[in-house]
Amino acid sequence: MLELALKGSKRYWMWISFLMVLIGIGALAYVNQLVMGLETTGMSRDVSWGFYISQLTYLVGLAASGVMIVLPNYFHGYKANKHMVIFGEFMAIAACIMCLLFVVVDIGQPSRMMNMFLHPTPNSVLFWDAMVINGYLFLNLFVGWTCLTADRANLSHPKWLKPFIYISIIWAFSIHTVTAFLYQGLPGRHYWLTAILAARFLASAFCAGPAILTLVMLVTERVTTFKMPKNALKTLVKIIAYAMCVNMFFFALEVFTAFYSNMPGHMHPLVYLFAGVHGHHELVGLMWTFIGFAAISITLLVTPKLRNNMKLLPWTLVILVIATWLDKGLGLLIGGFNPTPFGTITPYWPTGKELLVSMMIYALGALIVTVLFKVATEVKQEMGHSQALPCGCSTEDMCECAPAEEEAEVAPAEA
Amino acid sequence: MNKNRRTFVKLAGLAAAGLAVAPKAMASSGGHSPVKVNANAVHAKHWAMVIDTTKLHNEEKIAKLSEVCHSIHNVPHIEGPKEVKWLWSDSYGHTFPEQENPHLAEEVHHRFFPLLCNHCEEPPCVRVCPTKATYKRPDGIVAMDYHRCIGCRYCMAGCPYGSRSFNWGEPRKNLDLAKLNPEFPTRMRGVVEKCNFCVERLAVGKQPACVEASEGAIVFGDLRDPDSEVRQVLRERFTIRRKPTAGTEPSVYYII
Amino acid sequence: MKMQNGFPIIVGLLIFLGLLCAPFAIGKVVTKEYKQPELKLPAGEKECIESKEFMREKHMQLLNDWRDWALRDGKRTYTNHKGKEFTISLQNTCMKCHTNKADFCDKCHTDAGVSPYCWDCHIQPEGLK
Repeated sequence: MLELALKGSKRYWMWISFLMVLIGIGALAYVNQLVMGLETTGMSRDVSWGFYISQLTYLVGLAASGVMIVLPNYFHGYKANKHMVIFGEFMAIAACIMCLLFVVVDIGQPSRMMNMFLHPTPNSVLFWDAMVINGYLFLNLFVGWTCLTADRANLSHPKWLKPFIYISIIWAFSIHTVTAFLYQGLPGRHYWLTAILAARFLASAFCAGPAILTLVMLVTERVTTFKMPKNALKTLVKIIAYAMCVNMFFFALEVFTAFYSNMPGHMHPLVYLFAGVHGHHELVGLMWTFIGFAAISITLLVTPKLRNNMKLLPWTLVILVIATWLDKGLGLLIGGFNPTPFGTITPYWPTGKELLVSMMIYALGALIVTVLFKVATEVKQEMGHSQALPCGCSTEDMCECAPAEEEAEVAPAEA
Repeated sequence: MNKNRRTFVKLAGLAAAGLAVAPKAMASSGGHSPVKVNANAVHAKHWAMVIDTTKLHNEEKIAKLSEVCHSIHNVPHIEGPKEVKWLWSDSYGHTFPEQENPHLAEEVHHRFFPLLCNHCEEPPCVRVCPTKATYKRPDGIVAMDYHRCIGCRYCMAGCPYGSRSFNWGEPRKNLDLAKLNPEFPTRMRGVVEKCNFCVERLAVGKQPACVEASEGAIVFGDLRDPDSEVRQVLRERFTIRRKPTAGTEPSVYYII
Repeated sequence: MKMQNGFPIIVGLLIFLGLLCAPFAIGKVVTKEYKQPELKLPAGEKECIESKEFMREKHMQLLNDWRDWALRDGKRTYTNHKGKEFTISLQNTCMKCHTNKADFCDKCHTDAGVSPYCWDCHIQPEGLK
């Protein structure tokens, strides 16, 4: 089925070439990092994890997001999602690969990577994180590929696949819980030492992940004949709305606990992030942008008229993604390490090389998404599933404009 | 035809898996273990350190000890946030941030304290290391195996005391190659390092270098031996430890 | 039976075989006759930790075992097959006799094309420049 990705329009190949160029440039930065060591990054003795690990955390959320399409379909027979499932699974594959790559570029001795598998350490959450992300990657590859192959051959999905699908739904919740456990069991980092961290991670995953997926699907609709069923899209956006509300509610809970208890350990990271401490105000602007954007995106999402406005939706989702990224991609890591165990502040900002290496990984993820989505959309087109109709609906919608199709066919012939 | 090819591929897969497992299975028919502890090593059930900060109380004195420690262990000298340090000094507020009080005695307020790895009894760094590159020895010392460390820095995130340093770049760039201690290795870039309670000196019957150089300000010994010097000092003087609520049970005690 | 695309395939295979054998051919031309490296043996000691044959075959394994016994298990005294005791240490035992890495270790390692990473950390007796 991969051969479907080898035939494409000029625009397709130009996009692939563009991604390859980005990957190439980033690869040069990575080779430099391999030769010089991690001193090319902005990390320090006090802020020993930075941009790479924060992107890993954000992308695990993206990987878990496919479950918001898969779960209604398999647990509740929500058939509208039937032809969307494959895209959730393929996005999860790309996200998992990006997660693993962000770990690889972050470790100081990558040639010893296999030590994690040669010397398994069950008491280390990082060991389990490696296991579950790899496991989820293989589950999605296995399930996605088998289902798509069956679809293409006009066969029903094999029955023995069901247990794997059910496992993958539970597994999706576990990958982000385990990633949260990386942080929430550390006794010295008070911003992370909260039981609600795992719940916050899941909530932000289930709004940011489907938001990114929806944005990519909207782009896919523009460049292929695929069209999301209206109900599937509406439901997904509703899920994003609820998840974002829960996410910000959980954040508000954190704020209450910190400031009502007045405990310095709980308050100081939030004060550093949102007001600045000891003359360090580096993140204040960005953190308030997160709050502002979160408020705007929630307003746009809970108002039905605005939520269903297809012209407005992409902007809403972009604002939501930026908000969640500022919270989870920047605030989480830097607020966790600052104030330091000594009560001081050590500012952190990624270096240019760090960003170039990250760009390489994002471009690789985009490349994987492009190739996999190309395969999936080609199969959908071959099989006539979820295709765009001239009236703007999808073949999966029960719309009344199907008769209009015949008139549209007649009109051009006359003209 | 298809069925035969499938069977062949299945068998080939099984054979490959078998080949991968076989050598491991054969190697585990263990060999002899002709090793033992050094005859002149010092032993303890639990090594601990008591620092008298009334004697060891200013930057110069502590810097002298850092100098000794860093030079015999070939610790690189790096300025700035990417520094590597095993033993260093800091103020009361930075050493005991959860035990601050605004009306602290003047003299204590201006005192400097030595900081190092606390070799905790319940070390979070050991709990989180994914490869057991950092591990607790039976004698209580939290050790580093630089050969196994993959440089993930999870231990650095886990340590509530900020005791660990990472080699962001090649440490030999920041060492005076003429003044290296030829009896001890350097580290390579990409691994985490920290105070090791001088295990290599304990193995030949010596005391840790900082203890020796402290002129009695630091006492080092077996916490489980009721007659040891550390236990005597702990009975006589009031001591505190860093971040007592973290559940780590540090083995470094400070006489204030 | 006629092979589809036969000509390009055969040519391709021949080019591939050529590329595969090229390093060996070039090596033979450059190095007309291989001479075993001349190792500088230690001045005082005649007996190593173990016998010459053992060391030739297994010094890598011994060093690996030593590393784990000394560092991870804390056992730093090794008894060899003859019952003699040694302190486990690359820098302070092995290199006390083999006093020059370049004249001993590197001689075989360079020829065999291996670069063990011991020396990224362990300091060779002749010192670093």
